[in-house]
Amino acid sequence: MSLDEARSAIGARFSGAEVGTGTPLVVTVSPGQWAELAAFAKETLGCRFFSFLTAVDWKEPGLEVVAKVDNLDDGLAVMMKTRLGPGVSTCASLTPIYRGADWMERECWDMFGIRFDGHPDLRRILLDDTWEGHPLLKSYAVDTPHPPYR
Amino acid sequence: MKGPIPEIPAPIWRNFKDLQEWELLHKTRPVDDKHSVLFESVTEGIHSFPGGFVVTTAADAFLNWARKSSVWPVTFGLACCAIEMMATFCSRFDVERLGMVPWASPRHSDLMIVSGTVTIKMAPMLLRIYDQMPDPKWAVSMGSCANSGGPFRHGYHVVKGVDRVIPVDVYVPGCPPPPESLLNGLLLLQEQIKHFKRTGQRAAPNEKVD
Amino acid sequence: MLDQSTVARVELDWAGPERLTMNMGPQHPSAHGVFRAIVTLEGETVVAVDAVIGYLHRCHEKLAETLTYAQYPSIASKTDYVAAMTSEFAYVMAAEEIGKVEVPKRAQYLRVICAELQRVASHLLWLGTWCMDMGGALGGGATIFLYCIREREDILDLFESLVGARLLYGFYQVGGVRYDIPDGWVAQCRATIDRIDQRIGEYEQMLEQNPFFLARAKGVGVVSRELAQDVGIAGPLLRGSGIPWDLRRTAPYSSYEDFDFRIPVETDGDCFARYRVRMVEFREAITIVRQALDKLPAGPISSRPALKSVAQIRIQKGESYARVEGPRGEVGCYLIADGSAKPYRMKWRGASFSNLSILPHIIPGHKVADVVAIMGSVDPVFGEVDR
Repeated sequence: MSLDEARSAIGARFSGAEVGTGTPLVVTVSPGQWAELAAFAKETLGCRFFSFLTAVDWKEPGLEVVAKVDNLDDGLAVMMKTRLGPGVSTCASLTPIYRGADWMERECWDMFGIRFDGHPDLRRILLDDTWEGHPLLKSYAVDTPHPPYR
Repeated sequence: MKGPIPEIPAPIWRNFKDLQEWELLHKTRPVDDKHSVLFESVTEGIHSFPGGFVVTTAADAFLNWARKSSVWPVTFGLACCAIEMMATFCSRFDVERLGMVPWASPRHSDLMIVSGTVTIKMAPMLLRIYDQMPDPKWAVSMGSCANSGGPFRHGYHVVKGVDRVIPVDVYVPGCPPPPESLLNGLLLLQEQIKHFKRTGQRAAPNEKVD
Repeated sequence: MLDQSTVARVELDWAGPERLTMNMGPQHPSAHGVFRAIVTLEGETVVAVDAVIGYLHRCHEKLAETLTYAQYPSIASKTDYVAAMTSEFAYVMAAEEIGKVEVPKRAQYLRVICAELQRVASHLLWLGTWCMDMGGALGGGATIFLYCIREREDILDLFESLVGARLLYGFYQVGGVRYDIPDGWVAQCRATIDRIDQRIGEYEQMLEQNPFFLARAKGVGVVSRELAQDVGIAGPLLRGSGIPWDLRRTAPYSSYEDFDFRIPVETDGDCFARYRVRMVEFREAITIVRQALDKLPAGPISSRPALKSVAQIRIQKGESYARVEGPRGEVGCYLIADGSAKPYRMKWRGASFSNLSILPHIIPGHKVADVVAIMGSVDPVFGEVDR
């Protein structure tokens, strides 16, 4: 599956998706189509390698979830993005589709407070279970005190 | 003939609140060693005889020689400094010639070399391992992360120095300190142990005792 | 009254073998760093593994938003601290991709030489610690550990004369590298890698004729092709499971296309296959270093002027994902720049984070003793896992 074929396949299947040019192929969809896009990438585009999943806090426009998957046989790289919108912090989980999304989504919950619907075990992974706050949000100060340790 | 001693300027604290915080912490740190009433009474009994001091001083010196020649560190490698600590334990910068056998179990060790960044999640585990070590025990803070939080000092999950968790005897600076620096710190620790008195008087951290 | 779940648990305890939950705590002698595995055992067999990480979470991603492009590469070293230049490479390449900064040829070759030397050094440490875990620190395992660290010290000497630091460097900068090689370095480098090449052969012979090593490594920790791709592991784990994916060949960066080397692929997917992949990678890395030293062009080492202030490098708005093939796999840096001297968002795609997430899938079914062997062959570095 080459880049152009992939671009046309995505454009045909997902109306309203913004598809970029060049590598990696950046596809932006609405949150409702997130899991569908991932399943499409795995089955039709052949992207079976799950690279990473993360989120970005754009302050006013809200959070954005970014995931990247690769097709190792053809060398196709697809970067999927979805903007959750201001004030929204829930998203569909990709764990049923890609098992590698498990820990990555736990990290997004930990760092950004995004709840993933359909995740089997959403709990904090890097910080303590008793930690309050989600550090990578722009509203969280980097040197937040935590007596007596800092 | 010794070379000129370099003038190291005093550190400029960027944040006055940081300095006040550090000073307060070190003033209110608890005394670590436990006093043994039985031992003190026995010592006093020996001292009541003429020449008794010679016995206790000799016994002290012998015990301290035994302690410093056979310090067993517990392998507490946390981060990058652990790799340099492992290099120190290996054949090029051998610490076994100093009598230090790295030992995994804290129950059988005398020294904890905290090598690496202490995070808030790890701090209770560190304290638990330190508590499991029997007295007398020493701690060496290796690397700038363990000394003061290091390059990650401003991170939300980083403890600003392991001395907020356990009392430290020697601070070894560096990021990571090369094995020569760690050996320097361990030799300084041996000097401190030589002057360790059972009544609980220890040298101040990093103090050069002769 | 007992509820249904309690009744089910009690019945399980009565009917089946007892299950014991055991903690392999954050401090354990298997010298990999701060990792906690809560294993559920049935007798000697592991039934479930809950990996607890985060004991070394040092807030890299948040700190990167407060540090400039000139300041961060030395901090980037501290993610994968065993092969520190890998992470610097990824960060610097991401910044260069957004800023469209050209890197001179000499700098590219120097980057390749250092990256491959780091690969050799990292694999030496891996071999030493893995064999020490399997052999016991006071038993036979320390033999090969001391040998491997002895070779690694030679490579660290090379780095010390080049950069000034043994373990953590700030060698890569946006636009090139920071230091040029001193006189005599090329000859010292050639002598070192010749010596290491010969000694690796000795270690291979020593290990592969050892029946205990073979018993502990063959057939243990099999990762299937499908699972490997689904979870997203990379590096020797992927190549040990039969997938010929190496970023240096499939998406070459920094003049890797100028060098002639082969990609080892094994199909078994067990610990022994990953061991074989890494042993061949030793040889191939040494080949690449030799070729790069032969063809090293003259020229500038950086396309940007020398750094005089920390905010000197500004990258325009954009985003990119740059990845390098580190000793552990694909280390990636997803960088969003916003025109100032500091990034807006920086995410580390840590190779060890993805590699470690395979443990809950492959360990169940093995014995307790195999947990250590599998963890060693996965080769995690917790700076990368926890960032």
